[in-house]
Amino acid sequence: MVIGIAFWVLAGVAVAAGAAVFVVDSMARATYALAVSFIAVGLQILLLQQSYLGLITILMMVMEMAVMAVYMVMFMGMNPALMPMDMTHGKKTAIGASVGVFVLLAGGALLIPWPTRRGGPPEDLTHALGLEIMGEKMLVMAVVGPVMVATIVAGVVLAAHRTRYDRLGDDLRRRPADDPQSGGVGR
Amino acid sequence: MTLEAVLVVAAALFAVGLYGALSQQVVVMVMMGLELMINAVLLAAAGFWWFLAPDPSGQVLMLVVLAAMTVEMAMGFAVATLLHRRGQTDMTDMAQELSQ
Repeated sequence: MVIGIAFWVLAGVAVAAGAAVFVVDSMARATYALAVSFIAVGLQILLLQQSYLGLITILMMVMEMAVMAVYMVMFMGMNPALMPMDMTHGKKTAIGASVGVFVLLAGGALLIPWPTRRGGPPEDLTHALGLEIMGEKMLVMAVVGPVMVATIVAGVVLAAHRTRYDRLGDDLRRRPADDPQSGGVGR
Repeated sequence: MTLEAVLVVAAALFAVGLYGALSQQVVVMVMMGLELMINAVLLAAAGFWWFLAPDPSGQVLMLVVLAAMTVEMAMGFAVATLLHRRGQTDMTDMAQELSQ
């Protein structure tokens, strides 16, 4: 009973905060609203007895929203809270598509005869998950690791102001290097 | 709390995220919409896991979804930085060359 009430309260908070992201004027408020929505979803996952995943969802999202807030300040040329303006396009199409998708998904969720539960959760779920990751499903995590590394490399290449290719050309053979200010030993 | 309830909430979150991803012009706001959609997938997966087959191997799939969320965010921030550096813009309408 208490868990049911907590679930629906969190559900209301998650959806309302998610909608608030695209309603509020201030980018900082939008970021906070998204963080609240994520925390509510993380708590719902905790209610579903998945303590490890629920906790890392909350921790990850709070950190992510902190980074996002910095980006908002860096890149927003003006403060919409002080100078309100509409920064949307195709609003009617977007509303139509999202309502259609909701009806489709919710209809499917309510009409499909879901099978009954098979088995029960292990006693120490986090321990079991650790064994799974380092045992039978290690290949999955071994693939995810290189993907993460590739993401770091690609992110740095995209975001870096000047790389060695800007300095030394595509074949890295340009001498002297094309630097905004010449300098260094022997120049 | 039932599977249907969890899935309906996830559907609502997904729909809100889809609205944001389709309607917003600022790149970071589009990313917020995408994040909401992936979060909805995570919630639905958690519901499926708990109500249908609470086996630890199912949670590995949820970790992969979390990893996908991280990759999306990191690459989105990198592209936003590149856009801002090259074109002094953070609007999707001014970055249409990305579609070519």
